Amino acid sequence: MATELLRVEDLQVEFVTRDGVARAVNSVSFSVAPGETVAVLGESGSGKSVTAQAIMGILDTPPARIAGGSIQLLGRELVGLPEDQYRTIRGEQIAMIFQDALSALNPVTAVGKQIAEMFRIHRDASKKDAKDHAIQVMTQVGIPAAASRYDSYPHEFSGGMRQRAMIAMMIALKPQVLIADEPTTALDVTIQAQIIELLQQLQSETDMGLILITHDLGVVAEVADHITVMYAGRTMEEGPVDEIYRSTAHPYTRGLLQSIPTIHSAEGRLPAIPGLPPSLFALPEGCAFHPRCPISQDQCRQGAAPDLVEVADRHRSRCWYAEEVMCSDNLR
Amino acid sequence: MSDLQVEAQSAQAAGPESRTVAADAWYQLRRNWVFWVSIVLIVGISAIVLFPGLFASEDATTSLTGGCQLEDSLEGPGDKFLLGADQQGCDVYSLSIYSARTSVTVGLLTAIGTTLIGSLLGLLAGFYGGKSDSILSGVTSVFLGLPFVLGAVVLLSSIDLPGVWGVVLALTLLSWATAFRLVRAKTMEAKGQDYTLAARALGAKDLRIMFRHILPNAIGPSIVVAVISLGVFIGAEATLSYLGLGIQPPDTSWGVMISEAQNAFFTAPWVLMVPAGFLTVTVLAFILLGETVSDALDPKLRK
Repeated sequence: MATELLRVEDLQVEFVTRDGVARAVNSVSFSVAPGETVAVLGESGSGKSVTAQAIMGILDTPPARIAGGSIQLLGRELVGLPEDQYRTIRGEQIAMIFQDALSALNPVTAVGKQIAEMFRIHRDASKKDAKDHAIQVMTQVGIPAAASRYDSYPHEFSGGMRQRAMIAMMIALKPQVLIADEPTTALDVTIQAQIIELLQQLQSETDMGLILITHDLGVVAEVADHITVMYAGRTMEEGPVDEIYRSTAHPYTRGLLQSIPTIHSAEGRLPAIPGLPPSLFALPEGCAFHPRCPISQDQCRQGAAPDLVEVADRHRSRCWYAEEVMCSDNLR
Repeated sequence: MSDLQVEAQSAQAAGPESRTVAADAWYQLRRNWVFWVSIVLIVGISAIVLFPGLFASEDATTSLTGGCQLEDSLEGPGDKFLLGADQQGCDVYSLSIYSARTSVTVGLLTAIGTTLIGSLLGLLAGFYGGKSDSILSGVTSVFLGLPFVLGAVVLLSSIDLPGVWGVVLALTLLSWATAFRLVRAKTMEAKGQDYTLAARALGAKDLRIMFRHILPNAIGPSIVVAVISLGVFIGAEATLSYLGLGIQPPDTSWGVMISEAQNAFFTAPWVLMVPAGFLTVTVLAFILLGETVSDALDPKLRK
C-alpha cells in the first residue's frame, strides 16, 4: 500500500464540563492511505463524530480539548496547529461531509454560490470563474442541469440532490482526505446506494482517502477496506473488513453484526444488544462494554480495561476473550 | 388569472440564467397587492416629506404670514379649514403636512441607527461569546434598565444637540438593545447550526462566516422590529417634545401636535385625530412594506 495520507495516533479528546471531565475519544488510532476507505463504526455517542471534528480542527473548544495524541496529515502534525494555518488545510486537503445536508447548507444562500465560495476562499477566483468551476463540480457529482440549478436554494433541492450538492462543495478542491460523517443516514434507501456509489466513483477518480463514519453495516461491508469499531470513546476492534466480517473477535462487533436482518435469519425477533451505551462521566470499571456483554466474566468487571491485542494479521481486538469469540461459531 | 399564468411562464422561461435573490424577491413582490398598497402610501408620504408646499401652504402654519389667528381657535372642519383649526387657530391639515418631515426623519434615522448598532454588537457578542459577550450583554442590560423618559431627559439636557439630531441620538442610545438581543440570540442559534460548522470545515475565516453565513440568517427579525418600532420612535419623539426636550416650536412634528391637542380632545377631537391619522397611516405603510419585503427576501417563505 502507498504511503499514508492521514495518521491518527493515540488521539484523546476530553469535554470539560460542570459535571466533570468526559473522555469522548480515548486513545484512538487509525490511518488512511490513498484510495483507501476506513469505516469508523459505533453507536450514537461512541465518539465517532468527535473524532471527525478533531481531525477537522472544528471541535468546540472549550468545552472540548484534545488531551493527547497526534493527527498527522501527510506527515504534518495538525494537533496544536495555529488556526490560520489550519484554515488553509480545511477544504483544501481535508474536507468533511455532514450527515444532514439540509442543515449543513446555508438556507438563505443559493446552493451554487456556496459551492463557488470554495474557489473564492481558497483560490481567490473571480466571481465568474468560481461560478464556472462550481457548475462543473455540480455536474461531476451528478446534479442534472447544474447551470440552471446554480441559483436554487437548499430547500428547493430533494434530499439526494442536497447531499450531492454538499459533496460537490467538499470535493470541489480535490482534498486528499474526505471525512463522511454518516453521509447516508438522512436519506432513503435507494438514494443511499446512489450516494455511496458516487463517493466510490469520486474516490476512484481522485484516489482520495475516505473516512466513512457510520452505523450502517451494510454500507460498510460494501465499500470499506478497513474497519474501526468504537465504543464509549475507545477502539474495540479494528481490522480489514473481510477479517472482521468473517472472524469477529469482539462481542460488541458481533452484537452489531447480529442485529442486522439477513435473508437467512429465521423469523422472530431480531437479536439486539441489550442496554444502552454508558455515560462518559461514569464509565464502568474494567471493560466499558461488560454490562451489556453476553459473555462477560469476573475479569471483565474489575481492574483495567483489556488492551487492544493483535488476534490476526492487522486485526486487533480489545477483549480478554478475543480468541474464544473468534473461534466460536460466527453466524456469518 | 391568464395574465398571471403568462407572466409566470415567461418568468420561468427567462428564469434559470438570471435568477438572483433580488430578482426572485421582485418577482414575488410585484404580484403582491399589499406591497403595492404600501408603496403607494410611502410614495405619498415621501412626497409630503420632500415637497410639503405641493400639498399645503406654509402661510397657514404661522401667524407671521396671516395664518393662525386666535379668533379661529378650535374652529371645526369646514369651508375655512378643511380639517379644522387648533387652539392657536392654525390650520390642522397644513400643520400636519409641514410636521411630516421632522417625524419621519426622526423615525427613519432612529430605526436605522438602532438596527445598525444593535445588529453589529449582537453579531459580535453572539459569535465570539465568552468575555466579549458578557461585557456587551452587561452594557445592554444597563441600557435596558434605564427608565426611558428619565434616560432621555438626562441625555438631552446634558448634551447640547438641539432639534432632530439630539432626539435621534437619545432615542438610538436608549433603544439599540432590542436589536442587540434579537441578533445575538439568532447568532447563537445560527452558530450552532451545521452550516456554520460546514463553513469552518471549508476553511472560511471568522469575518466571512459572520457576515456571509450568520448575519443573513440572523438579521430578519431585527429588520421587522426596526420597521415596526419606526412608529414607536415617532411617538417617543412626541413624548420628549411634550416634556420640552425634543422638537421645539416653531419647529413642529406630529408628536408635538398630538401632545398639544390633548387638552382640547373632547371639544375639538380633530386637532388630535388628524396628526394621529397621518402617524398611523405612515406606520402602517412601513409595517406592510417591512413584512412583504422580509417575506420575499426569505427563500424559505417563498411560494
